[in-house]
Amino acid sequence: MRTMIRLAVAAGAAAAFAASIGAALGESTADEIAKYREALQDGNPAELWEARGEQMWKVPRGPNKVSFERCDLGLGPGVVKGAYAQLPRYFPDAKRVMDLETRLVWCMVQQQGMSEADALKNTFGNGSAKRSDLEALAAYVASQSQGIRMNVALDEPHVHDMYRLGEKMFYYRGGTHDFACATCHGDDGKRIRLQDLPNLTKVEGAQKAYTTWPAYRVSQGELRTFQWRLNDCFRQQRFPELAFGSDASIALTAYLAGRANGAAYAGPAIKR
Amino acid sequence: MADPMKIRANLVGDSTEVKVLMSHEMETGQRKDAQGKTIPAWFIQKVNVTHNDKVVLAAQWGPAVSKNPFVSFTFKGGARGDKVKITWVDNHDDSRTDEATVA
Amino acid sequence: MRTRIVGHCIGGIAAIGIAASIVYGCASAPAENDVSERAEAMMKSSFKAHGQATLARLDQDETQRVCSEYAGRALPPAVAERIEKANLETIRYPADGNLVGDWKSGEKIAQSGQGFQYSDDPKKAAGANCYACHQLSPKELSYGTIGPSLYRFGKTRGYTDETRRYAWQKIYNAEAFAACSNMPRFGYHHILTEQQIRDVVALLVDPASPVNQ
Ligand code: HEC
Ligand code: HEC
Repeated sequence: MRTMIRLAVAAGAAAAFAASIGAALGESTADEIAKYREALQDGNPAELWEARGEQMWKVPRGPNKVSFERCDLGLGPGVVKGAYAQLPRYFPDAKRVMDLETRLVWCMVQQQGMSEADALKNTFGNGSAKRSDLEALAAYVASQSQGIRMNVALDEPHVHDMYRLGEKMFYYRGGTHDFACATCHGDDGKRIRLQDLPNLTKVEGAQKAYTTWPAYRVSQGELRTFQWRLNDCFRQQRFPELAFGSDASIALTAYLAGRANGAAYAGPAIKR
Repeated sequence: MADPMKIRANLVGDSTEVKVLMSHEMETGQRKDAQGKTIPAWFIQKVNVTHNDKVVLAAQWGPAVSKNPFVSFTFKGGARGDKVKITWVDNHDDSRTDEATVA
Repeated sequence: MRTRIVGHCIGGIAAIGIAASIVYGCASAPAENDVSERAEAMMKSSFKAHGQATLARLDQDETQRVCSEYAGRALPPAVAERIEKANLETIRYPADGNLVGDWKSGEKIAQSGQGFQYSDDPKKAAGANCYACHQLSPKELSYGTIGPSLYRFGKTRGYTDETRRYAWQKIYNAEAFAACSNMPRFGYHHILTEQQIRDVVALLVDPASPVNQ
């Protein structure tokens, strides 16, 4: 019998990865990172979240014992295929532009009868002791847009307004370090330490970044949503904490998702 | 209880290629939490794979394997419709078995 | 609110320099202004104070406000000049006149990114994370590229009083020389203490510093 095994060994892979960065700075850094990602792409643990989310989608939940199959993400109750590629969108029933995560919370509260506090309990998970239903649900729903082109309705007036507000926020400098999103994401080919920074002011940059979230973060062993990404960049920006599902979070998401229009959704991806 | 594994088993030529994702913390026992307390070791120690009840892989793991491990391996033989069964056991004696059909 | 509109129009006039531009500059201002104001209000209701990162962090000073307004567009020369002049005036110098400290301590400050994030311990001294954006000592390979390389800063510019003074000023308030720079104003915002600035200046200008080897 012949058995060949390949294992994703974190400690080993990360050390080898770090060593190769040290040895080969400059242009090849990006290559090394690409290779590392490729090696893991085949077995992206994001799939574990997708599977959990898919199960959760179908079972009756909350005091009302209602499943997400009644939840309308914009394409009709329970329709997930292609839904993520058109979010954020305006929902007349909530009279609000919503991204995926806020819409999921809305369905939990309005349809399943959960309290808002319960629905928002674990927005960002941390290991098996503190798992996030929202992250799993988001991974599942997003995965159902794979290969579908981003198509956020920028001609819808509410969405358009959020897009414009999001654009302002992107350039809003403040705090102790005078940072705006544009400080770190406004030029081509820049990096912080060794981390490449996407130029989100360019359509290609926004497309490449937006279409890969949610993503499995190897360094955290967690699947993270776009809400998390924004939250953590604001932390690095030395701003106060962005509230989950707040209007500002949705405006920025609308801006970046809208900029990504036309590109095929390619997540949930795997990242550093 | 632990989450199900995600298993894919495909016939490639005269071999079966198996890809498995397992949901597990894989704590090394060397990390500390925010309060500086050591987080106890918790990791998969044994992995056993059978093909139609015959063992094709038996592995001993240590704490160096990544969180939510991914394993891929190939064994000779196999046919569409065959069963591949995978079991892991961790150092808490917790275990999980899942099965997939070769496609 | 008023002042912002005025500021906007002054920029327009100065840049184009003819009376007719007042009409153009001011006419386009209200719509844009409205978006800026609503964005600001939206942010104030969307963030929560977290430890040291209070909501006051969202309040912009004049420089931040004007830079945000022109972001993504060319800054008119007169506006740039105004910002640089105002920022130059904020720079304070040590009472004893001594601008240069210990480069070894400066290297540690340049390496550390700790400080001012709500996840940071406010009791620990903050770093400046110069390496996040600049190449400095050639021994450190993990450096960013948002700012220019500072390798051989002192050696290239000469070990003169002017170089030392410029290094102090630049670290204290980068926008005194480059309006709307992406470099934080370390002295102006009290990110670094006087002694820390001295030490980082030494990292740049001390002939013995690894930066100048
Ligand atoms: C101080 C620098 C800094 C600021 C300011 C900053 N970011 Fe980031 N951002 C980063 C870094 C570094 C990464 C890459 C992180 C990584 O690889 O772990 C990143 C990653 C991202 C990504 C993901 C890119 C990808 O391809 O996965 C997005 C989207 C993003 N930032 C958006 C923003 C937005 C929106 C803002 C403003 C709220 C912002 N960032 C502010 C440093 C910054
Ligand atoms: C967030 C990125 C960032 C950080 C952090 C940063 N800088 Fe800069 N720095 C820049 C940029 C961008 C420029 C170019 C524009 C300008 O001159 O302001 C610059 C310019 C400079 C210059 C002027 C170079 C010249 O040739 O005139 C000096 C000196 C300098 N930085 C020193 C430092 C030191 C010392 C630190 C740490 C205390 C530091 N910087 C931290 C971004 C940064």
